[in-house]
Amino acid sequence: MESVLELRDISKHYPTHRAVNGVTLNIARGEFFSLLGPSGCGKTTTLRLIAGFEEPTSGEIRLNGAAIQHLKPYERNVSTVFQNYALFPHLTVQQNIEFGLRRKGENEIGRRVREVLELVQLGGKEARRPTEISGGERQRVALARSLVLAPDVLLLDEPLSALDPNLRKQVRAELKNIQRRVGITFLFVTHDQEEALSLSDRLGVMHAGILEQVGTPEEVYLRPSTRFVASFLGAVNWINDVGVRPEVTRVTKLAPDRHVRSHPATVLHSTFLGNCVHIETRLDDGQLAVAEVSRAEASFAPGERVHLWWQPADELSFK
Amino acid sequence: MKRASRPLAIYALAAYLFLHLPLLILAAFSFNESRFTVWQGFSFRWYTAAWHDSQLIEAAINSLIVAVCATAISTVIGTLCAYGLWKRRSPVLSGSLYLSLVTPEIVTGVSLLAFYQWIFRFLNVQLGMHTVILAHVSFSIAYVVIVVMARLRTVDGALEEAALDLGANEWEAFRYVTLPAVLPAVAAAALLAFTVSFDDYVITSMVAGVDSETLPMVVYAIARRGVNPVVNAISALLVLGFGVLILISERLRTT
Repeated sequence: MESVLELRDISKHYPTHRAVNGVTLNIARGEFFSLLGPSGCGKTTTLRLIAGFEEPTSGEIRLNGAAIQHLKPYERNVSTVFQNYALFPHLTVQQNIEFGLRRKGENEIGRRVREVLELVQLGGKEARRPTEISGGERQRVALARSLVLAPDVLLLDEPLSALDPNLRKQVRAELKNIQRRVGITFLFVTHDQEEALSLSDRLGVMHAGILEQVGTPEEVYLRPSTRFVASFLGAVNWINDVGVRPEVTRVTKLAPDRHVRSHPATVLHSTFLGNCVHIETRLDDGQLAVAEVSRAEASFAPGERVHLWWQPADELSFK
Repeated sequence: MKRASRPLAIYALAAYLFLHLPLLILAAFSFNESRFTVWQGFSFRWYTAAWHDSQLIEAAINSLIVAVCATAISTVIGTLCAYGLWKRRSPVLSGSLYLSLVTPEIVTGVSLLAFYQWIFRFLNVQLGMHTVILAHVSFSIAYVVIVVMARLRTVDGALEEAALDLGANEWEAFRYVTLPAVLPAVAAAALLAFTVSFDDYVITSMVAGVDSETLPMVVYAIARRGVNPVVNAISALLVLGFGVLILISERLRTT
């Protein structure tokens, strides 16, 4: 697969801390790639290094094979959708979207702006100011302003976090849809694992400046390479040093078969969640574990002695 | 308005009267027929006298030239200075600018005069309009910086990054994004600089040459010679003019 963007052992060290530490990553043309991690893990700094707002302490950034780490932001064909959109408040929607085309001296500005407005469904809002449109519309203006430049890579810095939760899922679907239609490479930074899993072709999980794992959503969820990745991407029961996700943990009153793994436990209580039930238990060594089961399997009383069991293939184990 | 606030309203009125009553009385007597502080009927004679006083008119023109030049130069320098300080975020550099605001005017005047005398040993120039303008530029800059800086602090730093990201170079990012965002404050700063330049006396009197007397200097000289209602007329006009400028400046600063 052809790489549009390559990070080669890039680091960004500040006097007080190391924000990014030896990140190496290849992103394929047309890919939807997410950088996932908690706040302060270095994902936004990585994005800013690629955009050119910061210069790496060491390492190389290559765009279409050419090193760009010393270029100014306006000399790189990448564009950023900022967390709070950073729309120009004194310009209209139309002028915001035209801004980059004018600075780059491009032709057919009118046609290109109309096309991108149609793509993000903002027709009719051209003359409005950013303060006169909704949060979702602002997000689409920010997207259009970057997309109209046809960047080699579109960098998105938590673009959904400023939206209210109801809107977020809808915009998420639109974003994926737009990315498929334009075929531009998206590098999406988020701390929301559900967003990363649902949107990405591949994703990278960052922790304390280090890229811990890169893979498809299935790979990182089902075969996490570190304990951090396992617990950041979803709940994990840690039983005898082995990780088991709640949805593959089963509960039985009688001792289970020999060919599955099991562990005795005491039921604490059950939580009804609509589509499933969480049985919360305490293992005999004192650890807590949760089993996510269907309503039909959920007839357990608090204090009841049970066995948790799971298939050996579902175990998460680490080097 | 709530009833309970009536004592407060009376207090506020008293405070405003204390501030402005002398000016109102001065303005009233500028229309007095008599030369003395006894009302003898309404008249524009002191305004007419001021208009026909060639020394006053010449000084007013000098003051205008100085104020316009000093405002133009100090607004440009001060705005760029505020921009640089905003980007650098250095409290030491910002703080040192405020020093020029708290320095007593007489100290600024004496130091400028000494500085000019030293420079004149190398250059064949003398005190005159140019030295007055330079002095006014130097003390107006701090006012411009403070007003523009206050507005810059409300500007999202990501806007410039967005401009750079979209292909603007550093100058274009300033020109098309940051400057428009702070333009009302720049205009307010210019009006403020014009005001402090036009009515400066202490520093100007130290660095002015024989051909560069400003209006405040001439008014001061007339006032020292004894009671002259022409001074009242000039003062009333100045207060009115600057009142309007300050109102416009306040409106710009807060929009």
